[in-house]
Amino acid sequence: MTPEALVIAALAIPFVGAALIPLFTNNPNARETVTLVTAALLFIIVVAIAGSLSDGAQLQAVGIDVFAGIAFAFRVEPLGMLFALVASSLWIVNSIYSIGYMRAGDEPRQTTYYVCFAIAVGSAIGIAFAQNLFTLFLFYEALTISTYPLVTHKRDAEAMRSGRLYLLLLLGTSMALLLPAIFATFALAGTLDFKAGGILAGTASGATLALLLFLYVFGIGKAAVMPVHSWLPAAMVAPTPVSALLHAVAVVKAGVFTILKVMVYVFGIDLLQELSATDIFLYVAALTVLLASLIAMTQNNLKRRLAYSTVSQLSYIVVGALLATQLGVIGGAMQIAMHAFGKITLFFCAGAIYVAAHKVEVSELDGLGRVMPITFGAFLIGALSIIGLPPFGGLWSKWFLLLGALEAQHIAILVVLVISSLLNIAYLLPIPFRGFFGTAPEGSPQATGGIQEAPLPCLIALSVTALGCLLLFFFAEPLHALAAAIPLR
Amino acid sequence: MSSVLPHLPALQVVVPLFGAVIAAFLRRGAIAFVVALAVTWLMPVIAATMLWQVIETGPISYAMGGWEPPWGIEYRVDLLSAFVLLLVSAVAAAIMPFARQSVKLEIDESREAWFYCMYLLCLTGLLGITITGDAFNAFVFLEVSSLSSYVMIANGLDRRALLAAFQYLVMGTVGATFYVIGVGFLYLLTGSLNFVDIADRLANVGPEQFSAMVAALAFVSAGVGIKLALFPLHAWLPNAYAFAPSFATAFLAASATKVAVYLIIRLYYSVFGGAIDYAALPISEVIIVLSVAAMFIASAIAVFENNLKRMLAYSSVAQIGYVTLGIGLANQAGLTGGIAHLFNHAVMKGALFVALGCVFFRVGSCMLDEVTGLGRRMPITMAAFAIAGLGLIGTPGTVGFISKWYLAQGALDSGSWLLVFAIVASSVISVVYIGRVVEVVWFREPTSKAVIEASDPPLSMLLPLIALTAAVVYFGIETSASAGLASRAAEILTGALATGVPPPGAPQ
Repeated sequence: MTPEALVIAALAIPFVGAALIPLFTNNPNARETVTLVTAALLFIIVVAIAGSLSDGAQLQAVGIDVFAGIAFAFRVEPLGMLFALVASSLWIVNSIYSIGYMRAGDEPRQTTYYVCFAIAVGSAIGIAFAQNLFTLFLFYEALTISTYPLVTHKRDAEAMRSGRLYLLLLLGTSMALLLPAIFATFALAGTLDFKAGGILAGTASGATLALLLFLYVFGIGKAAVMPVHSWLPAAMVAPTPVSALLHAVAVVKAGVFTILKVMVYVFGIDLLQELSATDIFLYVAALTVLLASLIAMTQNNLKRRLAYSTVSQLSYIVVGALLATQLGVIGGAMQIAMHAFGKITLFFCAGAIYVAAHKVEVSELDGLGRVMPITFGAFLIGALSIIGLPPFGGLWSKWFLLLGALEAQHIAILVVLVISSLLNIAYLLPIPFRGFFGTAPEGSPQATGGIQEAPLPCLIALSVTALGCLLLFFFAEPLHALAAAIPLR
Repeated sequence: MSSVLPHLPALQVVVPLFGAVIAAFLRRGAIAFVVALAVTWLMPVIAATMLWQVIETGPISYAMGGWEPPWGIEYRVDLLSAFVLLLVSAVAAAIMPFARQSVKLEIDESREAWFYCMYLLCLTGLLGITITGDAFNAFVFLEVSSLSSYVMIANGLDRRALLAAFQYLVMGTVGATFYVIGVGFLYLLTGSLNFVDIADRLANVGPEQFSAMVAALAFVSAGVGIKLALFPLHAWLPNAYAFAPSFATAFLAASATKVAVYLIIRLYYSVFGGAIDYAALPISEVIIVLSVAAMFIASAIAVFENNLKRMLAYSSVAQIGYVTLGIGLANQAGLTGGIAHLFNHAVMKGALFVALGCVFFRVGSCMLDEVTGLGRRMPITMAAFAIAGLGLIGTPGTVGFISKWYLAQGALDSGSWLLVFAIVASSVISVVYIGRVVEVVWFREPTSKAVIEASDPPLSMLLPLIALTAAVVYFGIETSASAGLASRAAEILTGALATGVPPPGAPQ
C-alpha cells in the first residue's frame, strides 16, 4: 500500500470495527475478536506508517475542501505519529484488559461499550493525523461525544450527573473558547494549516496573541489545566478500562497533544518566546502541577487520586510546550508516551483490585498486596515510572523537561517539577506499601484468604504495560528520535 | 420541452394551485396524497431548472398574463429567489412521503383530502411569495399561505391546536395588515407596486418624503417580522408548532419562516437598499440586538420545555435569530451566513420535526418525560435526532457549523468580537437542550408501556428522515451548493446596497 492509503486505512479501520461490532451482539466471543483484530490491524498499520515516515518525509494524505481555505485533510508528522503509536498500541492491551474486566463484572451494555471505544480511538487517530485545526477540532468534538456513553456507562444518578459535567465542560469550553480561537486564527493568519514555525507570527499585537493563548489553553478542556479540570475526576465513574485508556491516554492526551500542536505549529516556539504572556500561562500550568498533586494526597478513593495525579502530570506537558524550547517540546512529547504507559498500568491495577476485592478506597488496601502480588508489583512499577525514577521510562520525560526549564532559565519551574516529584512519591508509594506491608484488618477477606488475583486477561494487560515502563527506559531512543524530529522552525 | 421552459415561473405556482383544487374535489385521502406527492415532487424539478437557467443566463423575468411590468404582475427569478424556491420545494419534497402515515394517524379520515388541499395551497403561497416581483401580489400569496396554515394547525389532535391557530390568526393578520400598509406607503410614494420599479423610483424620492419612506420601511419590517417570528414578535410560533399535526409542523418549520425571511431580505436589500442609507438609521443595530436576544432568550426557554415540539419551536426562534443576524450585519460574509442558514436550518429542523413526528406516530406523545429510554426502541429515529441535533449545536462536520462560521466572519468584518462570542456562546445553550433529550432518550431505561412496545416507524416515514439527516452531514462537508450559492447571492445583494446606485447587471 502507498503511505497515503495507509493513512486513510488507519483512519477508517476503527470506524469499520465500530460498525462491525454490533453485528455480533449475541456472540460475545466473536464480538471481542472483532475488537482485538481491529486494534491489532490498526497498530500494524500505524507502525507501517511510522516505518515509511522514518525517511524524514511528511506524509500528505488527500483531503476535501470544505469551503474557502478550509479543508478536511490529514498529514502525518512526528508528533502526531508519536500520539498515534501510543494510542493504538495501548488500545490492544486495553482491549484484552476490557474483556477480563467487563466479563468479571458481568457489566451490561457491553456492545455499546466496545462500539464507543472503537469510535473514540478512531477519533484520537483523527486528531493525531489532522492536517489543520478544523479537522482536529472535528475529531476533538467526536471524541468528547463518543466517550460520553462510556462515562455514563453505569446509568445511575451519579454517572449521569458526572456525564453532564463531562459533556458540558468539554463541549462548552471547546465551543465557547476553542472555536473562537480557531476562528480568530483563521481571521489573522488566513489559514488553519499546521506549519513548522507557526502561522501566527507577525499577524497581530502582543495583547491579541495573549488573548488567543488564553483561549487555546483553557479552550482545550481535555488538557485539564486548572480550573478546567473538574470533568476528569468526575469521569472516574466510568468502568476502569475507560478511565485507563481514555482518561489516562486517549482523551487527555488528545488535549495536551492539541496544546503541543498549537504551540509548535500554530504559534511557533519563537513567537511564544517573544510573547510576555507565555509566562503567565506557564505558571498557571505549573500551579496546576502542584495543586493537583496536593489534592491527590487528600483523596482516599483510589481512582480519584489517580485522576488528580493525571491532572498534575498533564500539566507537565503543557509546561513543556510553554517553555518554548526544543528540550521542553521533546520532554512534553515524551511525557505523552511515558505517562501513558505509567498511568494505564496504575488504572489497570486499580481495576484489578476492584474486580478481585471490590475495594475502591486507599485505606482499605492494607495487606492486600500479599494476596495480589502481581497487581501490586505492577502498581509499584507504574508508580515509580510516574515519579520519574530509574530504571523506568518516566525518567526520560522528566529529564528533558528539567533540561528544558534550565535552558529557558525558568528556575521556578525547575523547583516546581522537583517538588512535584516528591509529592508524587508521597501520594503514590503509600498505596503499594500499604498493600505489601500493611496489616490486614481482623476478619477482612485478605486476612482470611477469600481473595485471589484478578482474571487472567487483566493480569496479562497490566504486566505488559508494567513491562513497557521498564522497556521504555532502556529503549527510549526511537521515541526520543521522533520527539526530536518535530520541526520547530 | 422548449415550449414549456419559458413558462416555468408560472408553472411553479400554478401547478400546486391546481393540485389544491383537485385535492379539494377528492374524497379519498389516499388519492389526495398521491396528487400532493406528485405535485410536490415536480416542484424541485422546476425550481432546479430555473436555478440552472439563472446561473447560465441571468435573472428570469416573466410577465404574468402577458401584461408587461411594471403594469402587470411580474414573476422574477434571480439567484436568491431561485435558491429559496429550490430550498422550499426540495425540503417539502423530502418531507412529503412522511405525510401519508402521519396524516392518516392524526387527521380524521373525512378531512384528509382537505388537509392535503390546504397543504398544497400553503405551498402555492410560499412559492408565490418567493417568485413574485410584485409587492401586492406578495401580500396575496402571504395571505394564501397564512390562511391555509391556520387551517392546517387547527387540525391538530390536541384541542389546544384551535387556540394556537387562533392566536396565529390574530398575529398573522396584524402582520399582513402592517405589511400591506407599508406597501400602501410605497405606492403613494412611487405609484408602483413592482419591486424593481419601486426601487428605481425610490432612488428619486426627494428628502422631504424621507420620513414617509422610513414609515413604509417600519411597517413592512414589523409586518414581515411577525411572519418570520423575529424576537419578540414570535409569540404565535411555539404553540402553533407544538399543537399542529406533525406533518404540518415539519413542513412549516422548514419553509414558512424561511420564505418570510426571504421577503425581508428582498425588501431591505433590493427595494429599500438603494434609496436608504442604512448607516443613517439604527435599523442594523435594532436587528442585531433583537437577533442576539432571540439567540439567547429563546434558547434558554427551550432548555426548560418538556414538550419536545415546543422546545424545537423555541429553538427555531433562536435559529431565526442567526439568520436575521446575518441580515443585520449587512456585509458579504454575514449575509452569506444568514442565507446559507436558511437552507441549513430548514434541513436540520425538517429532520428534527420529522423525527418527532415518528416518535408521536409510535408513542403518541412528544413529552420529554414520556419518551424515556426510547433510543433503544427506535434507534434509527433517535440516532437521526441526535445527528440533526448536533447540527443545531453547530458541531463541525454538520451544516450548522458552516453557517456559524460565515456569521462569525461577518461579525468580525463588522468589527465586533463581542458578536463572535455571542454566536458561539449561544451554541453552548443548544448543547444543553439537545443533550438533555439525548440523555433521557438514550441513557435511561424505558418506563412506559408505549415506549417499550415502540419500534422504528415504517419506511415511508424513515426514508425522509434519513434523507434529511444525511443532508445535515453532506452539506456540512460539501458546501458549494448551499454556502457557495448563498455567497454569490449575498454578493449581488450587498453590491446593491448603500451607494444608492446599483452596479450594472445587479438584479434588484
